[in-house]
Amino acid sequence: MDGLSTTELGQMDRVGDRTVAEIRKDFPIYRRAEDSPFVFLDSGASSQKPSAVLDAMDAYYSTTHANVHRGVYAIAERATELYENARVTLGRFIGAPKPSREIVFTKNATEAINLAAYSLARNRLTSKSVVVLTEMEHHANLVPWMILKEQIGFEIRYIPFDQDGFLELSQLDRLLEGSSIVAATMASNVFGTLTPIKELAKAAHANGAIFLADGAQYVPHYKVDVKELGIDLLAMTGHKMLGPTGIGALWGREELLKEMPPFMGGGDMIEDVRLDGFTPNEVPYKFEAGTPPIAEAIGLAEAVRYLEAIGMDQIRLHEESLLDYALKSIDENFGGSVTVYGPTDATKKGGVISLTMQGVHPHDLSQILDQSGVCVRAGHHCAKPVMKRLGVGATARASFYIYNDKSDVDALVEALAKAQAFFA
Amino acid sequence: MSGLEDLYREIILDHYKNPRNQGELPTPPAIVEQGHNPLCGDEVFVYIEMDGDTLVDIKIGGQGCSISRSSASMMSTAVKGKNSEEIHDLIHRFKAMMSVEEERPGHEGEADLKEFGELAALQGVVKFPVRIKCATLAWNTLNQAIDKASQQG
Repeated sequence: MDGLSTTELGQMDRVGDRTVAEIRKDFPIYRRAEDSPFVFLDSGASSQKPSAVLDAMDAYYSTTHANVHRGVYAIAERATELYENARVTLGRFIGAPKPSREIVFTKNATEAINLAAYSLARNRLTSKSVVVLTEMEHHANLVPWMILKEQIGFEIRYIPFDQDGFLELSQLDRLLEGSSIVAATMASNVFGTLTPIKELAKAAHANGAIFLADGAQYVPHYKVDVKELGIDLLAMTGHKMLGPTGIGALWGREELLKEMPPFMGGGDMIEDVRLDGFTPNEVPYKFEAGTPPIAEAIGLAEAVRYLEAIGMDQIRLHEESLLDYALKSIDENFGGSVTVYGPTDATKKGGVISLTMQGVHPHDLSQILDQSGVCVRAGHHCAKPVMKRLGVGATARASFYIYNDKSDVDALVEALAKAQAFFA
Repeated sequence: MSGLEDLYREIILDHYKNPRNQGELPTPPAIVEQGHNPLCGDEVFVYIEMDGDTLVDIKIGGQGCSISRSSASMMSTAVKGKNSEEIHDLIHRFKAMMSVEEERPGHEGEADLKEFGELAALQGVVKFPVRIKCATLAWNTLNQAIDKASQQG
């Protein structure tokens, strides 16, 4: 605790104007868990949901449910209005210049990346093309490209990362030469490290390539302005940012989305269908085949309003203070027996701590932590190439969000000590 | 800590900290198979050397959690000197104990712990469904290795 100022400590228990204790009252899961310890440190996998989100979805189903873009009766029009408003709310949240036409709702970030990859591949990739990824991508931004590579036969190049989990950019020009698509994560889901998105997008454009950012781990925690970042496409997911599962989105520059061919075919994505062919609908509808996740979109919009009310800058400050305290506390208590991957400077990474404990496998570690009510993720975090590079099969990962405070970090450290004693 | 002692029995921790038959065997004459737990990234290498139909030597490589490593270690001591039919039978009964395979008709009670010796310590894993895959990883890999041996033999 030495060396931490009171302001920093204050931020651990507050997010902007509100205390974490108050915020927790908005999350029903904390009510249910009152009689037993509940230390939820796995928001990097999926966040908890505030009542506002659940209530908005419930109210929609209870009072307004009808299919969208079809009926001319009152509740169908209301449902369409709510769904389209959700699109605009999410678009504005990330600074989309044309929110009503640039947000494509998907199931999650994975589907958003697949949509982008399959659609872009049809017009832009041949056996002579080059796609550039990074070595620290989640499987969601690796496997779709690998599947397409098997089919089309293009080359995939990887931007490497250094021991601290930062991208190694010294060979960037050479790697990007001749590339058609560059796709990179905005924040590593293993290290929490941030990638220089603006620089990557600029370099991609200098080579005439399209730049796709995977924002799954970033958008829930930072203020995003797609225009300022200079990117072309952004994949997002709702369930990591207080929204429900089953909803995500692809943002794309309108002109780019217009020239991209459809990904999935079906109802709603067409303007006309004849037996000899079809005419696709306008953007963004041409990418939304079939009845969309209406309630989920409404829930996600409510989550966005909740986050905006707290303030993304405040959320970042709060997570940074927790991260800083946690890194110091782990180092003080365990020294060399616990390895933390990534930088130890809290300002250089998101609220994620990946660690291994000497003599205790991450799987066993998380099992023992669970006995103290501490929920962390154990495994390869869908980033097996990263694990291979680190020379470990798995790590345990704790991740923070608005409902975490100092007591959660203390509970984590205490549970880590228990695990160490158990396997000693 | 209710339940945790059921999972991490003394004997399991002993096999985790002092794994038996760890290492490699030269291939050939030995046969090696690799198994993965896609859930946690654990991997195991099972090396076996057969003399005719009898498993005369076994070594375990790779890395994993206490459950997967201790299960592999106990398995290695249990199968040495057995023939392929006996090993298949043991694999089946172990997986029946782990509730991933049914007891065979006419073999009711084959998953009975009393027959298992040390292996019975892994019974507690059943209460932690996510960990069943850890416990059965080496067994599935051994099964593949035995099949490979019989094809080559």
